[in-house]
Amino acid sequence: MLYRENGQFKSTYSSDQQMLPILQDRVLMGALLVAAFVAVPLLISDYVFLSLLIPFLILTLAAIGLNLLVGYCGQISIGHAAFMAVGAYAAYNLSQRIPQLNFLVVLVLAGLIAAAAGILFGLPSLRIKGLYLAVATLAAQFFMDWLFARVKWFTNYSPSGSVSPPAIELFGWVIDSPPEKYVFLLGVLVVFTLLAKNLVRAHIGREWMAMRDMDVAAEVIGIRPVYAKLTAFAVSSFYVGVAGALWGFVHLGSWEPLAFNLNLSLNLLFMIIIGGMGSLLGSYFGAAFIVALPILLNQVPAWLGMPISTEMASHLEFMIFGALIVLFLIVEPHGLARLWAIGKEKLRLWPFPH
Amino acid sequence: MRKNWPVILLGAVLLTGLVLPLATGASPPGFYIEVLLGGLMAGVLYSLVALGFALIFKASGVFNFAQGAMVLFAALAVARLAERMPLWAAMLLALAIMVVLAWLIERLVLRPLVNQEGVALLMATLGVTYFLDGFGQTVWGSDIYSIELGIAKEPVMVLEKLFQGGILVNKEDFVAAVVAAALVLGLALFFQKTATGRALRAVADDHQAAQSVGIPLNRIWVIVWSVAGLVALVAGVIWGSKLGVQFSLSQVALKALPVVILGGFTSVTGAVIGGLIIGVGEKMAEVFLSPILVKTFDLAGGGIENWFAYVLALLFLLVRPEGLFGEKHIDRV
Repeated sequence: MLYRENGQFKSTYSSDQQMLPILQDRVLMGALLVAAFVAVPLLISDYVFLSLLIPFLILTLAAIGLNLLVGYCGQISIGHAAFMAVGAYAAYNLSQRIPQLNFLVVLVLAGLIAAAAGILFGLPSLRIKGLYLAVATLAAQFFMDWLFARVKWFTNYSPSGSVSPPAIELFGWVIDSPPEKYVFLLGVLVVFTLLAKNLVRAHIGREWMAMRDMDVAAEVIGIRPVYAKLTAFAVSSFYVGVAGALWGFVHLGSWEPLAFNLNLSLNLLFMIIIGGMGSLLGSYFGAAFIVALPILLNQVPAWLGMPISTEMASHLEFMIFGALIVLFLIVEPHGLARLWAIGKEKLRLWPFPH
Repeated sequence: MRKNWPVILLGAVLLTGLVLPLATGASPPGFYIEVLLGGLMAGVLYSLVALGFALIFKASGVFNFAQGAMVLFAALAVARLAERMPLWAAMLLALAIMVVLAWLIERLVLRPLVNQEGVALLMATLGVTYFLDGFGQTVWGSDIYSIELGIAKEPVMVLEKLFQGGILVNKEDFVAAVVAAALVLGLALFFQKTATGRALRAVADDHQAAQSVGIPLNRIWVIVWSVAGLVALVAGVIWGSKLGVQFSLSQVALKALPVVILGGFTSVTGAVIGGLIIGVGEKMAEVFLSPILVKTFDLAGGGIENWFAYVLALLFLLVRPEGLFGEKHIDRV
């Protein structure tokens, strides 16, 4: 009843092509943004920011990046944390060596460096695909792990191998309290989501999707596979690199060489499977799910009066993740985003389904 | 022939790397052979895990990421069960558990996902990996356990007359190599000579055609996963007795991925030879190349064996995507 687009006619091309064609969606999105930017920073406690919202925002950005590659272009990667590491270390080195650089410039440059690394490790995708590519990206993962742990230049000759970047400052605004970090990250995420949304509905996104659906056929209708695949790798690594820099600078504060390990890569992949492959909204859902689940697992048994050890909780987490992945692949391969879409469709017809 | 030059080049570089330490006199021959043998032993173990991969991929087209987790699970089962009963009973019971596990995986994971793309199946096995890692440690515990095979672990000095200082050989390694060789031989016979083996090969060739001549796909898959479970059990026991049964076993087993890439996904021979190449290459690189790299670039330490196998596989993919013994794949619209 409330969610119905009756009477909303489109009389220009631009209104036909807008991102949220239904008025109710626009209102909802506006309200969400206001709530996220204004209400949340005023109401929420620091603990929630640090353990829930900040990781959620950064991992969403990374999940969007991975989704562009896996969900839209169909090139699987199980080593994307490696590009997060590239972004993080690039940002660290840039801010150490050229201290006068604005943090936003550092972020973009870090993303570009990660994109270059992504193109390099994406090269095999021109000859191989699917399962083979998985192993090629694993090579990126283990090589980068080693590179940043062993080459002293990257960590600025820090004796322990761990690095601690300087505080973030934007035009005189020092971002150090949790609400400030949250607002900054939210701003970055909104900008990048808009960018991604426009990329995937423009010609480049369509090329990626054609590549994903059937690469040989795409080639036949004149899509250059080299261009399509490598741009997907580049854009995806750019996003993930920026996310990595933020993960290091904003969330971790200081980090060890193995902060960006295989486990993080697999978690990113799980986010997009559970959230929904080929869906930006799905990246949000997936990241929220993966961030919230461990915290819930630690809290719920205590509420129910049967506390479990942290060790047990981490094993349970593994089991639940694994079982959920399989479950989602079987029951709903398009993830939470698909459930959301079904719900919306139901709502449109409610309460008169015929 | 002209198209083969990158493969030949890569092979030549590898061979040069292999002979160089000996030729330049950078290492005494005794030590060199020790490293070579160490690499071969590690290679045998990689082959064992890779064999599991190749078997499953051949028969069901599933790229089984969970093979490493199965190795860990089997090793944990044997280690914990052996605390209560004799080793042979523990191994038999663990084998039974692996068969049940294979059946469950087929029932709960693969059957609903039949006819899905390879990538979806890969992700499903990723899920299985996580589940098995968590489940195994919940059921069996997450400390470091040991498996006692009752074979002396002390290295033995051999061929002292031939080389100065002799060569240190581990008896356990030798037994492991023999067991692995026996297993490979047994599997080869099973695949070539028995009716079930022929059915397996038929399924590997073409699912639908196999089904239409009356081969029960579901049963075949259970058999394949059980055999993979058996291979995982053997690999787990050997590795567990060598390194101790612990979580990192699951990660070491990931090395089998580059091995199957190198050898070709569908080839049992490829898995064995690829494993040996990777094992030897890795050890050689670690022992002889690592110090040079550390000195030249002032690194904080060696450890290139962590990525050597993967990067080698990556290079190989660029020049010969189908692997050493794989079948060439042609795409049609």
